Amino acid sequence: MTTPVISCDHVCVDIEAACVLRNVTLTVAPGDFVAILGVNGSGKTTLMRAILGLLPIASGSLDLYGQPIPRFREWNRLAYVPQRLQSAGAVPVSVYEVVGASLISPKRRLPRRGDRRRIHEALEMVGLEDRRRDRFDALSGGQQRRVMIAAALAKGADTYILDEPTAGVDAESQERIAATFERLHEQGHTVLLVTHELGTFSSLATRIVVLGSRGEESSTVLYDGPPPVPEHLTESVWHHSEDVVMRADDTGFMDAGKG
Amino acid sequence: MEILDYDFMRRALIAAALIGIIAPLIGVYLVQRRLALLGDGMGHVALTGVGLAFLTGLAPVPTALVVAALGALLLEVIRSRSRTAGDLALALVFYGGIAGGVLLTSLSSNKASTALNQYLFGSLSTVAQEDIWWLLGAGALVLLVLAYFGREMFAMTLDPDVAHVQGIRTTRLGVLLTVLAAVTVVIGMRTVGLLLVSAIMIVPVAAAQQLASSFRTTMIGGVVIGLACSLLGLSTSFSLDVPPGPTIVLLALLVFVVAAVIAIPLRRRRTRHPHPLDVAEHSHG
Repeated sequence: MTTPVISCDHVCVDIEAACVLRNVTLTVAPGDFVAILGVNGSGKTTLMRAILGLLPIASGSLDLYGQPIPRFREWNRLAYVPQRLQSAGAVPVSVYEVVGASLISPKRRLPRRGDRRRIHEALEMVGLEDRRRDRFDALSGGQQRRVMIAAALAKGADTYILDEPTAGVDAESQERIAATFERLHEQGHTVLLVTHELGTFSSLATRIVVLGSRGEESSTVLYDGPPPVPEHLTESVWHHSEDVVMRADDTGFMDAGKG
Repeated sequence: MEILDYDFMRRALIAAALIGIIAPLIGVYLVQRRLALLGDGMGHVALTGVGLAFLTGLAPVPTALVVAALGALLLEVIRSRSRTAGDLALALVFYGGIAGGVLLTSLSSNKASTALNQYLFGSLSTVAQEDIWWLLGAGALVLLVLAYFGREMFAMTLDPDVAHVQGIRTTRLGVLLTVLAAVTVVIGMRTVGLLLVSAIMIVPVAAAQQLASSFRTTMIGGVVIGLACSLLGLSTSFSLDVPPGPTIVLLALLVFVVAAVIAIPLRRRRTRHPHPLDVAEHSHG
């Protein structure tokens, strides 16, 4: 049996002594295309941050490529695409520099021959090679997301973890992004995306994981299987979240249901 | 060049050139990490080192170096070990630093109180020959560390979470950056002074980023502006017989204002003529 990319076994995560996620058991195998869905506050971002090693787990076990996270060193196999860069708007950075930053690691402290080609190729893949000298913050939201995806591509990872890849992204960029990950998935890469809105990804995900809570309990996995999300479950997720009523039309949970 | 006839001026010029180059190099990372005021606080902490040197008779530069570096470590410990918010941790350490400095100084001789002023706002005549060796050594150390860790530090300041997923030890690198800022502050202590040294870390960077379109050009521009303002400010302060710190900083602020004014039409052009791709995307909604 091949080693799973991600394996969560009864994972609980606490934030400020409050249990946010409980008993999350989840396995992502190489080549999977998994969408983690949930309304705001369902703990999907918490789970993603725990998987990335950004949040400690309170109990259970969480392995990446068969290694517990504190011992995990093969970070070059994993690429993370955030919603936005935390430093956005501080010091100007060029598109080229944002992509180039992904090639830096303790194993690659100094630039290497071939970096330039990798950066150009990655930018070509997202259709923004001609913008490489521009300021990153001069690009539209969708273009910025594509540049961050190019950064992940340049890294040459085999697993991609995406945080809300379509939120605040225009239609054209959404389609480009979806096409890029469709191709990567076909090539055998693993994709894990965390979203409240599947959008253009609804036809791509081969597996859906719904996070949510029943009653007053903390969040856990409510569904894990092929799309679409079972009808009763979308109901049960929505009933327990106040903002769902307002968001029901635009969450894209409908997409998940239809897809 | 009459000012080169004086030994003390030659030393002051070396010290000014050093801080003019190094301060913006560190400053650009601080601005990127939204810690523009960190240098200011480290200056307060270094003041305790100066006070300690007055009281004990130790050499001020190495004493301040050690105290500032320890203060930097203390700050990071408070930040990571407690729930104290980042800026509150800064405030606690910084107020402690300035209070400690003034108290220790007043415990020592009367002469020390006058000397304190020179450390606060810089002075032309106080850079001793042995100071120069300390400053050059500290400067070389900062440059070496930056040459080795600079790229990782760039990735860390761009987005610490993404950097973490590249295997970069962001917490350790953050501590290293704070210690480098502390060392830089001490390098600038003699010429620019502890109260204003942070300005020479930040203002040249702020000026350069008005016109730059990349991190690299901001960094190079910051160093050019920092070096020019330091040397010009020092010679002006010599001619006008005023403290060098305020002269250098006001020059840098002047450059910032000019750069900001030049940048206005550039920015307008950027928004008025968006790239064709932008137009295509906006029409999609």
